[in-house]
Amino acid sequence: MTHDHSHGDDPHGHAHDHAHDHDHPHGSELSAVEARVRALESLLVEKGYVQPAALDALVEMYETEIGPHLGARVVARAWTDPAFRARLLAEATPAIAELGIGGRGGEHMVVVENTPETHNMVVCTLCSCYPWPVLGLPPVWYKAPPYRARAVSDPRGVLREFGVSIPETTRITVWDSTAETRFMVLPMRPAGTEGLPEEALAALVTRDAMIGTGLPLSPGAEIRS
Amino acid sequence: MNGGQDLGGAHGFGPVVPEPDEPVFHGAWERRVFAMAMAMGFTGAWNLDGSRAVRESLPPAEYLSSSYYKIWLEALEKQILAQGLATAGEIAAGHSTAPAKPVARTLSAEILRPRFRAGFPSERPPGAPARFAVGDAVVAKVMNPETHTRLPRYVRGRPGRVEALHGAFVFPDTNAYGRGENPTWLYTVAFAAADLWGPDADPGGRVIIAAFEPYLDPA
Repeated sequence: MTHDHSHGDDPHGHAHDHAHDHDHPHGSELSAVEARVRALESLLVEKGYVQPAALDALVEMYETEIGPHLGARVVARAWTDPAFRARLLAEATPAIAELGIGGRGGEHMVVVENTPETHNMVVCTLCSCYPWPVLGLPPVWYKAPPYRARAVSDPRGVLREFGVSIPETTRITVWDSTAETRFMVLPMRPAGTEGLPEEALAALVTRDAMIGTGLPLSPGAEIRS
Repeated sequence: MNGGQDLGGAHGFGPVVPEPDEPVFHGAWERRVFAMAMAMGFTGAWNLDGSRAVRESLPPAEYLSSSYYKIWLEALEKQILAQGLATAGEIAAGHSTAPAKPVARTLSAEILRPRFRAGFPSERPPGAPARFAVGDAVVAKVMNPETHTRLPRYVRGRPGRVEALHGAFVFPDTNAYGRGENPTWLYTVAFAAADLWGPDADPGGRVIIAAFEPYLDPA
């Protein structure tokens, strides 16, 4: 579902609760923004700077074609093909390109591997850098202040909020995306997945598992989602 | 710049609240802002570093209370004005009253997928040998430029270690203002969480950033 119509009952633009409403402008602010955006698009089209068909195609591409299902394919391949895994960890961009995946926002990929000793987690404290070709556009929480503020200083606490408990003996490494290098986590393969084909493995790989704020699903659990 | 965007280590923003089954965009206007920002960036009128610089230069109170694509919209209008691509009156009216300014290229639906699939790499041939090597002890510079930089405040003055060299990359601090790409060595630098946050830090934890050479001093 979308939230296109969920704000009409609050015309006051009251003080926002950042934890819940940070990205949900209310009431009159929303319609004012909508009008502004429409005006701007009309102007840019009239000037010949943008083509409406290209805008439509951009939206379609990032809403329906590029997303975490692509990163999941990379992870599943790494779980089943040791030579690919080695290439992926050594030089991620060409390895990912072997699967026909890559491009804008992922020109310089780095894949970091979770192990029993180290759990990796990815953030962009300065803006919203995120590996678009493998994960799509980032969710609101990834771009919002609570995660950007605390991922670096309290990663274990943030993981608890995601319902993820990492053993005390596992060190946490947080990757702050401060340049054009883009990080993706290679999670550990769940137990009980021996012999599963790549496609079935990919269905276990969640977006959050590749950000490091989640873990892959156990076999059978993917049916829930 | 030490703006509202530099959030690492800040307190008081509350818990992280993921939205179940979150859509890619929340509302039609977000789709159009995203797409316009992509397509306008493609014209070459500005670059990605410039966009980041404009977004983070919003007053902190505005930055922190605006939704993500609202920030993009504010920045997009500012950039269009700054580059002389339209006037404030035209933006307000949503109608062109003056000839367009020529742009280097426009994005068509036909070239979108192959062009974005090819990407826009930021790596460049290095202009000089790298100053640091893997294993070197370094200190993140204490610096407070009012202009765009990608060295977060929470590492400034803290000791770290070079973990890897990525190559030479477009230097955001100058590229954001059209002052040249200045290919600059980029390093992976690891900091002990305890060196950043003190005794309350997660034991054994580390934070890793990608740091440009001018952000680092030898330890």
